[in-house]
Amino acid sequence: MNILKLLDKLSNDKFFSTEASRLDAIKNMANFSSNVAIAAVPLGFGALISSSAKAENSSDLKITSTTLFDDKLIEALQLALTLEYLEDEYYRIGLDTSGLISSSDRTVFMQISKHETAHVAFLKSALNSLGETPVPKPTFDFTVSGNFSPFTDYNQFLVLAQAFEDTGVRAYKGQAGNVMGNKQILQAALQIHSVEARHASQVRRMRANKGWIELNHGGNMPEATYPVYAGEENVNQAGFNTATAFGPEAGSAAYDEILSGSDAATIAGLFIV
Amino acid sequence: MKNSIINVSNDRASLDTSRRNFLKISGAGLALIGLTLVGCEDDDTTIIDNKVFDLGSGDVGILNYAYALEQLEADFYTKVVNNFYSGISSKEKELFTDLYHHEVIHRDFFKAAISGATSSILPTLEFHYPNVDFNNRNSVLATAKALEDTGVAAYNGAGKYITNPDYLVIAGKIVSVEARHASAIRDLINPGSGDFSGDDVIDANGLDLAKEPKDIVMVASGFIKTPFTWKEQGIQ
Repeated sequence: MNILKLLDKLSNDKFFSTEASRLDAIKNMANFSSNVAIAAVPLGFGALISSSAKAENSSDLKITSTTLFDDKLIEALQLALTLEYLEDEYYRIGLDTSGLISSSDRTVFMQISKHETAHVAFLKSALNSLGETPVPKPTFDFTVSGNFSPFTDYNQFLVLAQAFEDTGVRAYKGQAGNVMGNKQILQAALQIHSVEARHASQVRRMRANKGWIELNHGGNMPEATYPVYAGEENVNQAGFNTATAFGPEAGSAAYDEILSGSDAATIAGLFIV
Repeated sequence: MKNSIINVSNDRASLDTSRRNFLKISGAGLALIGLTLVGCEDDDTTIIDNKVFDLGSGDVGILNYAYALEQLEADFYTKVVNNFYSGISSKEKELFTDLYHHEVIHRDFFKAAISGATSSILPTLEFHYPNVDFNNRNSVLATAKALEDTGVAAYNGAGKYITNPDYLVIAGKIVSVEARHASAIRDLINPGSGDFSGDDVIDANGLDLAKEPKDIVMVASGFIKTPFTWKEQGIQ
């Protein structure tokens, strides 16, 4: 599946409904475990996956019942990979553009860039381990047809960096339910998710914002980024009013909201040619 | 001379108290307490009885675990904002007030959520900070960093034990805010560095720490006076 097809599917409300053709393509657990056995998996991911495969393989009943779930799992990983491709390329170009990032800010962006590169490699190996082909890297246009100039205007570079990181936090969170059937992948996804949150906080603070999101205010952000923050003003968590004690700013900031797969894909899609 | 003896005596009394607390909470090895008690039966440690709270099993155990950690963070920041270290900037005052608000909201959320689901809710815990100087910026920041990093690693490690997807999403909503806190605190300690997501917490795969409940409780127990067990996770 190419990236445009993936994004198209993600933008479709019926994305998470079952497709017979898709199910046919899903690896059953027998294939899955043999793939794992021969996969040359770098970076230690193989250990995670193989223990999972072993557990799943011990029960035929489980194999059947996890098939449909794997569809969502794979799509979640492909979406995550797409977002990581985007961030990785963005920071790489930024760091390679001489005169864009001041020397005092360079350390921060080198650290962030290092993590995004690692996330791309990690997610690719995860997908390979599951017997799936990682989506190829899309062609990005970070100017969005000339509407942004992040690589000549440092302020805009920071604006988009903040938008990407805050989007990443929400997007991973939105996939939690789709990956929770695979404990190893769930944990890895959580571990990436909190790194994105650390990045988001740092970039926000570099822009003289708080590290957290109060209401749906991105913090001195252009209107084009408003979809990134839509819904963040929520102060109702499982029926508990988080605004009661200290007001809606603190109540909303204490919780980051999820972003659906389709909303995350729409945001990423703006930057894909 | 007499005064000095009395003072010493008072000191010893307070040391005894903290030693007893230390025995109660030392390490994750609450199981060791029973053994320790055998060795000091003539002590006044018989207050440790069978009523030690167990966090429970399944999702309830996880919720009580999160509640314990949020109680700790809320308690710590309450102390910070009630006694700001000298020379604190208005910016840092604002930051710590935000953290105080967020953690109190988290704590009260779990109290409400658990109470709604079960009567087996963790009681209000007592805390102490034997090595923290609340008047000292470095000491407060270092403790805040440890607590926030611990919170992140705790939620990251506990997610896989949650069975209810709604609870998992709520945990996800909270953990990213803890990570935002950790990042900000780390940058205050070493501004402009890569420490906000430093190599001490993020590995070569770009993954943040994830720790098992047992390891988290071992770290946090240095602050927790009230003993509890979590037999399902081998903490007893």
